Amino acid sequence: MAKKVRALVLTGYGINCDYETADAFSRAGAESARVHLNDVIANPAMLKDYQILAVPGGFSFGDDVASGKILANRLRYKLGDALKQFVADGKLVIGICNGFQVLVKMGMLPMLDGDFQQEVTLTHNDSGRFEDRWVNLQATKDTHCVWVKGLDRLELPIRHGEGKFIPRDVSVLDTLRNKGMIALRYCRADGNAAQGQFPANPNGSIDDVAGICDTTGRVFGLMPHPEAHTERTHHPRWTREDRPEEGIGLRVFRNAVEYAASN
Amino acid sequence: MPNTATPGAKTIPVHRIEVGMKPDLPDPTGSGARARIAEDLGVHVNDVRVIDVYTIHADLSREELDLVRRELFTDPIIQNSALDTMLASDFDFAVEVGFRPGVTDNIGKSSAEGIADTIGRSLTEDEAVYKSTLYAIRGGVSADTCEHIARDLLANGLIQRWVVKSAAELKSVDGYGLLGLPLVTDRSSAEVRTINLNISDDALMTISRDGMLALDFGEMKAIQAHYRDASIAQWRKQAGLPAQPNDIELEILAQTWSEHCKHKIFNAVIEYTDETGKTRTIDSLFKTYVKATTDEVGKRVDWLVSVFHDNAGIIKFDENWNFALKAETHNSPSALDPYGGAITGIVGVNRDVLGAGLGCRCIFNTDVFCFATPFFDGDIPARLMHPRRVLRGVHQGVKDGGNQSGIPDLNGAIVFHDRFLGKPLVFCGTGGLIPATINGKPSHEKCAKPGDLIVMCGGRIGKDGIHGATFSSEELHEGSPATAVQIGDAITQKKMADFLLEARDLGLFSNITDNGAGGLSSSIGEMAKGSGGAVVHLDRAPLKYPGLAPWEIFLSEAQERMTLGVPPAKKEAFLDLARRREVEATVLGEFTNSGRLECFYEDKLIGALDMHFLHDGVPKMHLQAKWTPPTPKSEITIQTSDLMGDLKAVLGSLNVCSKEPFVRMYDHEVLAQSVLKQFQGVNHDGPGDAGVIRPVPGSKRGIAVACGITPKYSDLDAYWMMASSVDEAVRNLVAVGARISTIAGLDNFCWPDPVKSDKTPDGDYKLAQLVRCCEALYDFCTAYDIPLISGKDSMKNDYKIGDTKISIPPTVLFTAAAIIDDVTKVVSMDVKRAGDAVYVIGETHNEMGGSEYLALRGELGANVPKVDAKKARALYEKLSAAIASGLVASCHDCSDGGLGVALAESAFSGGFGMEIELHGVGVENDVVALFSESQSRFVVTVAADNTDAFEAAMSGAAFARLGTTTQSDLFKVHGGDGKWHEARLGELKAAWQRTLSL
Repeated sequence: MAKKVRALVLTGYGINCDYETADAFSRAGAESARVHLNDVIANPAMLKDYQILAVPGGFSFGDDVASGKILANRLRYKLGDALKQFVADGKLVIGICNGFQVLVKMGMLPMLDGDFQQEVTLTHNDSGRFEDRWVNLQATKDTHCVWVKGLDRLELPIRHGEGKFIPRDVSVLDTLRNKGMIALRYCRADGNAAQGQFPANPNGSIDDVAGICDTTGRVFGLMPHPEAHTERTHHPRWTREDRPEEGIGLRVFRNAVEYAASN
Repeated sequence: MPNTATPGAKTIPVHRIEVGMKPDLPDPTGSGARARIAEDLGVHVNDVRVIDVYTIHADLSREELDLVRRELFTDPIIQNSALDTMLASDFDFAVEVGFRPGVTDNIGKSSAEGIADTIGRSLTEDEAVYKSTLYAIRGGVSADTCEHIARDLLANGLIQRWVVKSAAELKSVDGYGLLGLPLVTDRSSAEVRTINLNISDDALMTISRDGMLALDFGEMKAIQAHYRDASIAQWRKQAGLPAQPNDIELEILAQTWSEHCKHKIFNAVIEYTDETGKTRTIDSLFKTYVKATTDEVGKRVDWLVSVFHDNAGIIKFDENWNFALKAETHNSPSALDPYGGAITGIVGVNRDVLGAGLGCRCIFNTDVFCFATPFFDGDIPARLMHPRRVLRGVHQGVKDGGNQSGIPDLNGAIVFHDRFLGKPLVFCGTGGLIPATINGKPSHEKCAKPGDLIVMCGGRIGKDGIHGATFSSEELHEGSPATAVQIGDAITQKKMADFLLEARDLGLFSNITDNGAGGLSSSIGEMAKGSGGAVVHLDRAPLKYPGLAPWEIFLSEAQERMTLGVPPAKKEAFLDLARRREVEATVLGEFTNSGRLECFYEDKLIGALDMHFLHDGVPKMHLQAKWTPPTPKSEITIQTSDLMGDLKAVLGSLNVCSKEPFVRMYDHEVLAQSVLKQFQGVNHDGPGDAGVIRPVPGSKRGIAVACGITPKYSDLDAYWMMASSVDEAVRNLVAVGARISTIAGLDNFCWPDPVKSDKTPDGDYKLAQLVRCCEALYDFCTAYDIPLISGKDSMKNDYKIGDTKISIPPTVLFTAAAIIDDVTKVVSMDVKRAGDAVYVIGETHNEMGGSEYLALRGELGANVPKVDAKKARALYEKLSAAIASGLVASCHDCSDGGLGVALAESAFSGGFGMEIELHGVGVENDVVALFSESQSRFVVTVAADNTDAFEAAMSGAAFARLGTTTQSDLFKVHGGDGKWHEARLGELKAAWQRTLSL
């Protein structure tokens, strides 16, 4: 009998996808709790009780200065050591949308040399505007990302103004590619590469990157919202297509819960 | 000059950090600005680069400054930055735009928090960060052109300052202190003035006018009489107050009695004379029509929980949850500052829902805007902005307010009419969910008891929005105050909302309401009704900057604040939780049962008002209304040989065309409850009728939300305008499968001044329009069993400066929400497959009056569409039953543009062609068949196997089978002329999408 997995979903300061992210972990079989960031900062030891940490989407600090930046600094300066320990303990972390921006800007993703050092960024979409639209995604064949295990193609919504992925330089991009750290790419409806073309690639991300993981495969960040496709009725074409009861986004959460339960 | 004090800034040093994209990377913000400069101003510049400027007015060491520059302000992957030197290079002119003193600077505020995290200490009260933006412009401009770009595009002079410098000039100042610190130096005295009302009638009115009180003669006389009352005089003497009112008392009365707060026109005694000369008296439109509707329908539906007396109407969602709904307008502020006005509108209505019952969680927003055409090319009257600029700013404000708050946009509309040039209308609505019981008690009941503490929480108080309530009760004029503008801060409010829901579940407060119009004076004044009085210490209120007079503190409409009643036993727990959530909460006084609202400043009583006089002392207005129907004209008959050309023109008309570029920018899926989105069909770009959500995970129960708004019919007859608005909202709901008797409504009236006076000589006609509109509201809502659970009116939507007067067309937004038993049964509007039968449901008449078709020809027409409520209701019941039985493949409401538009939209959204026999519509003229805007109609497609069952289900209602969906990409119509007219789906869709493409 696998152990009960507990997921901590951060709230506060403009995080706003906390309810549905917690709900997605519950549907995936975890016990999930929405916990205010300040309560974690006041008592980092509480992280011991959890196997999964989620930094959900939202507009932390209103995206002021740059999306995710102020929350990134707060996590890094106030919880940096605790988070490093959390990952070192073999646990899982996900950052979705604004949460991905936070992980990237604090240097927790891709974390190439074990230090909080920003190697990639997420910045203004090429279109110059925030957009809500559904995209097609391809899980990378060679990725070791625990969260996308067994996934091939998936449709999820993106809802962001600053989702354009840019690596520091070619060598960072090569490292990400070579080490299987690119977990998700935007693609066309027919499965072909988006090749940077709007709207298949909705923001101009380099190499169509939609999500990356760290070297362990357990820390994952992505711009699309898997927690917003857990039901058939979330899908934009459910009224005209036969679709399974469960939305494919839930698989991402199931992967993490299953991994945590068996490791 | 770095490290140099600015006058008035004591000795705190000033530093400047500039951040910009690395020169070899594109700058989307800069390119966006360049595009807008070209599009809006017709000025072509070669390049615009945007530099973010953070002016740090704080005592930081060199090392600290460099640390925050690197670690907080700069993205090392894509940006460069500079400390106390200039970053921009290769430009001709720099335009720097920053806020005026006292205007909310959200980025500056967040930056200060970021600095605190980074350097490990908080900034002091006197230290701050100010955000400004520098646009480095290259090529094709002069200093004068840059001034024009700044004034008319980049900045709004009401809230922002700017400076233009050439590259050479900028070098000489070395990039510093371009704008100077935006410190508030204008200080009001804390002194309280006493105003003598024992003066002539003329002088009384001068006091009202000069003081921006918006009190009329009768009201000034009532106040004068109140202070002459012997018992009042005696009490005041004992209490140590002067016999005549202090400024704060007069200000409280003015705002509490404002049209905005007291709805004096809706409560007036009206003498209404109809077209036959017959006169009758209506004692309160609100009681006679609005409340009467709900009273009557309330006998037939069993799901009303709390109507009219709270911040939002509350109905039952299911056994465990209640649902709150509210819509508001924010027109006048949006006219002056479209962005600030609109964001304040959306976060303001969110607070209404947060303050309904013991506090609802906001689960969706709606937004409906009315503008003049963005292609307006005439002269813009003084103090007005170009409609394109208003549209952009309003949209941006609502987008930021909703997205940053994490509340999905569910439904809305953008309506265009020339006369909205005078005042844009900005309607913002919000729905909320609350457990039916909290800690074992019904969640909609709340009351502060005597002894409960008055606690204000959220943002701080500044001079923002002073006189907002009285200002919105007047037409826009030359002296309309700049301080009426506020800028909402969604994140401060989000933090507060999260905190309050936590506090609610812990049972830490007994009452809650929001601070909107009138600020504390209104929230405390209202809450004190429950206990019977209140004592407030105004000097305890936290201020954004010093120098507010006591009355300003009490009336300020600074945003993001709620007022709560906290039992003394819960005080510590409440304040402790607030501290842990970094939400400012301050005890300002307590509720009493003294019968008075008493205000203290530094322990001195500076004002006291009798609760009864405050709330019930306003004299009733007596008004005249006279209905003269427009001179009857015969309907224009138009023959055309180019039906498809006309259809494309109508599809591309402003009121019909796709609003997708705007709506895509709203997050419509946060909270993961979306079932029917704004965009439907094979490519997710077809126009949905009603938004549908399932707000409780694991439950199939849902909420459908739609709106109806048809000001284009007002000039023909406001009665049928209202009928059409109600019908439009209802049929949008029915189109997705909602049932009659599950629908609740909200009425938001926006009217031009309907009080006859020198400046409004046709006030009696406008008031008659209002009376007729209210009659229709009652007639149709009772016929459809729609209780009105909340509503609002905004009665002075006129512009008058000099000889120019523009009055908006009378407008009502009717918002309707229905509870859906099983969301998996709803249908979308897109055609699903080839070979399905196409039906028109409902009757088509020659009702071209107000149609988009005639509007394109510059005509109004004569025959306004009418609604037969009895027939429509029977039809709606049959159609929603057919949808629930799974017989309907697609269903789309016929509204603006008529049947042709609905057919084309259904076809191109689904990606299937159609072959339509127009004679089936049952009217002679093909133009009428395709473009008449008769109400209560739908386009429905039905799978071939289901047509018999569908026709049986609809029997007794008007419907006709018009044709079939096809595999081809042709939309074909067989006209009465015997010819086939056809167009490709792609052409029709392009015509529909092109008009407002960004």
